[in-house]
Amino acid sequence: MKVRARDPKQAWQEEFESSPVREDGIETSTISGIPLEPLYTSADLPRRAEEYPGQFPYTRGIHPSGYRGRLWTMRQFSGFATAEETNRRYKYLLANGQTGLSVAFDMPTLMGQDSDAPTSRGEVGHCGVAIDSLADMETLFEGIPLGDITTSMTINSPAAILLCMYIAVAEEQGVPASKLGGTLQNDILKEFIAQKEFIFPPAPSMRLVVDSIEYCAREVPKWNTISISGYHIREAGSTAAQELAFTLADGMAYVDACLERGMHIDDFASRLSFFFDAHIDFFEEIAKFRAARRIWARWMRERYGAQQERSWKLRFHTQTAGVSLTAQQPELNIARTAVEALAAVLGGTQSLHTNAMDEVLALPTDKAARLALRTQQLLAYETGVASTIDPLGGSYLVEALTDEMERQAEAYFKRIEEIGGVIPAIEVGFFQKEIADAAFRYQQELEQKRRIVVGVNDFTVEDEQAIEILRIDPRLESEQAERISEVRRKRDQARCSNALNRLRKAAAGTDNLMPYILDAVRAYATEGEIMHTMVEVFGTYTETAVV
Amino acid sequence: MATAVRPVRIVVAKVGLDGHDRGVKVVARALRDAGYEVIYTGLRQTPEMVVDAALQEDAQVIGLSIHSGAHMTLFPAVVEELKRRKATDIIVFGGGIIPDDDIAALKKNGVEEIFTPGTPLQEIVDWLRQRFPESATK
Amino acid sequence: MRALARAITLVERRDPSIRDLEEAVRNDTRSDTNPVGVTGFTGAPGTGKSTLVDAVVTLLRTREQSVAVLATDPNSPFTGGAILGDRIRMQRHALDPKVFIRSMGARGHLGGLSLASREAIRLLGAFGFDQVVVETVGVGQSELEVAAVADTTVVVLTPNLGDSVQMIKAGILEIADVFVVNKADIDGHGRVVAELRTMLNMAPKASWKPPIIPTVATRQEGVEQLWEAILAHRSHLERTGKAKELSERRLRDETVEVAAELARERTRRALREDPALTERLLKEGTPYRTAEEILRTRTDN
Repeated sequence: MKVRARDPKQAWQEEFESSPVREDGIETSTISGIPLEPLYTSADLPRRAEEYPGQFPYTRGIHPSGYRGRLWTMRQFSGFATAEETNRRYKYLLANGQTGLSVAFDMPTLMGQDSDAPTSRGEVGHCGVAIDSLADMETLFEGIPLGDITTSMTINSPAAILLCMYIAVAEEQGVPASKLGGTLQNDILKEFIAQKEFIFPPAPSMRLVVDSIEYCAREVPKWNTISISGYHIREAGSTAAQELAFTLADGMAYVDACLERGMHIDDFASRLSFFFDAHIDFFEEIAKFRAARRIWARWMRERYGAQQERSWKLRFHTQTAGVSLTAQQPELNIARTAVEALAAVLGGTQSLHTNAMDEVLALPTDKAARLALRTQQLLAYETGVASTIDPLGGSYLVEALTDEMERQAEAYFKRIEEIGGVIPAIEVGFFQKEIADAAFRYQQELEQKRRIVVGVNDFTVEDEQAIEILRIDPRLESEQAERISEVRRKRDQARCSNALNRLRKAAAGTDNLMPYILDAVRAYATEGEIMHTMVEVFGTYTETAVV
Repeated sequence: MATAVRPVRIVVAKVGLDGHDRGVKVVARALRDAGYEVIYTGLRQTPEMVVDAALQEDAQVIGLSIHSGAHMTLFPAVVEELKRRKATDIIVFGGGIIPDDDIAALKKNGVEEIFTPGTPLQEIVDWLRQRFPESATK
Repeated sequence: MRALARAITLVERRDPSIRDLEEAVRNDTRSDTNPVGVTGFTGAPGTGKSTLVDAVVTLLRTREQSVAVLATDPNSPFTGGAILGDRIRMQRHALDPKVFIRSMGARGHLGGLSLASREAIRLLGAFGFDQVVVETVGVGQSELEVAAVADTTVVVLTPNLGDSVQMIKAGILEIADVFVVNKADIDGHGRVVAELRTMLNMAPKASWKPPIIPTVATRQEGVEQLWEAILAHRSHLERTGKAKELSERRLRDETVEVAAELARERTRRALREDPALTERLLKEGTPYRTAEEILRTRTDN
């Protein structure tokens, strides 16, 4: 038989095209709409100089030693009911190997309301811990040495207040602010865009953020002042490309605001941190993380002229996608979370939260919370993925996707610039519309079965078994109300009122508000009282709803 | 003159402090595409505000979305307010993070239907069509 | 309040009982010399119209006036559905018993304001509101529609929409009784005002020169001047007798519109219910002859 020498690629092409194709759900594009080709080859590798970890632009990671030097921080977001119960859960998790704390606050706290406010009715302690005053914060960290651990606090509009409470508790423990390490989410722009936990209008909100960055640069230099978040944007329905673009754009808006305040880029840039989603579309997520590092490094060095290397390095925390969890056959969420966590690790995250399987239904039980943590430990110690730095570097697919993500992000930056920047874009509803459109498109894909979610639109079971979920004791609300009354009774009322008055005056002026808030906190003013004082000066914000 | 077909009017809202509006917006669009007039009243509504809006708009349905865990307080509060305003002909349905046991309790207390995460939009539309057959649109 | 809301629904459904209601309204209403004031607001999306209306309502409430707001949004021509979201901008007035807000879908009316809105406005007046504000999105010809129902039409513009005044649709400049340039705190505001002024100066002289009012609706700035301008326009209408003229023209126009709608309904029904007629139409391709026949021979039962 005659043997012809064939071009192997062409040969494969012909053979592929004449092979039968599977009929059931092949994902031909990522959730962002980027096509997923059947095969990638060296021809798809972007032409660029070889990249190395720890070297600009850090596509392969910001540390030369990757996870060989230090594993990612296993930081499970947690908080519910009272400070006392949460304190117990923290000690439980720390004893089981968690390496950093992460505080989840309840809705009233997130929205700057006291637990006994009429609008807090029914909401106290349900999706996090209720913190009304310094007294609650003291209970929350009782027996936990703040000088030895790092803590992440997920709160936005009232973030400055909670940070001041943390500083005050540390003070009481004899730990100076200069030793404190942790992160404050403090990302108000994404609230206007996605999570909607805003109180004040954009301008005073930005002022508070810049105040906290400026204050920490001087007084709390090891603190990550902001966690510029894509997670919420993604959970609201955006694509990965949008998550990447909108988050980095927000980051640049914060940098601009700090520069306008007169700060020097290298004084604060290294303490800006990021927070991304790890969704289920595996390779796209890895590409997203790598692209994020590359883009940020370029912008910091080339556009903002940052001189110090640490200003160029994007550091991020990741949470596996809450929105990918299903109420149906919830045990399957353990597997989803594992895959998503793997993507985050292969993408080089600095710290990671893995969701518990029951979180679609309620806050996690002890058992589910522990399993989520164990999932990270499995990845770290059993799979070998932490042994090699950026193991997927050089993969034809991953490199091609990384470049494509970068391209799409840059295209969005241009559009945002044309509108006039992030805040004007927020006001005309640009981000909100992109997100709402993407969310609706995704839902339609599910309904038309062009995308499958196991257990939901395929592989369903008739008889779902109920699983045990966490219940918040309704008595908690009245107990917390009593606690606040007690705090109000016992405090030095004159000292408290004076502090609030001084805060009000300062808010109407241009002083950095952090020291005033700290004074009010030390005087046991409640969170609601402090927020209310600022609302008197700043007013509140009603969004332009874009459906 | 022939009576014009009047689309069913639905007031859709988020009650309480929770701001996660992805679900409610997706549902609003789906209802519009199914021919309903959806009055979206936005975030941070109180039960009084939602009911008042439903009365002014002469809506037949109120749809609530709650993810904060406060559903056992807020849904009944809306049902109570409808009673107080003598508008119990307006039906209430909802969605969000609501465990199964609570669904049963809510339905006993005046909520007609709860759609949990993962429910296809078509199911909500079908339920409304079956509930309001005279307004059958495309 | 529910009675009013339901009455508006009857109007939207063109329910036969609306005829009796019309009678009751005529007999019960304030005299024609003091009809309720109707102000229309129109403008492109993104101009902050709803926020401006909210600011006007706030102003009117400080003057103890009761206000009804009719906010219209387009219905999908395909599904008939709509998302009506204008109330959101008026949260401040939720639960104020002297503020009534009703969202109306344009219900397929090409112009954007349904036929029902005119009757609804009369109802609102009859129910005792001091002021009625009508708000429409400036798409299609809806601005012209607003002008047909409002005593005073306010056209809202902003500096940051990328279009210069040159590009504003024909007809808008003619129908505006008052111009508002909102978001006066933004760059480019002065330019829009200047361009507008130039265009107005070039227009043929009329007895009323539309003022241009800068506002920052989110800060309640310029709203008092806006209301003064609206009131000034109204007294101009009274003084020159135009008010009566407009009101008569509106009644006539509306009757024509209602007749047109009746004819449309009748024709659609005839085609639906008479297969022979439809067959003939399709075979011969004669829409004009068919239409005339229907109007001549069919009635409404």
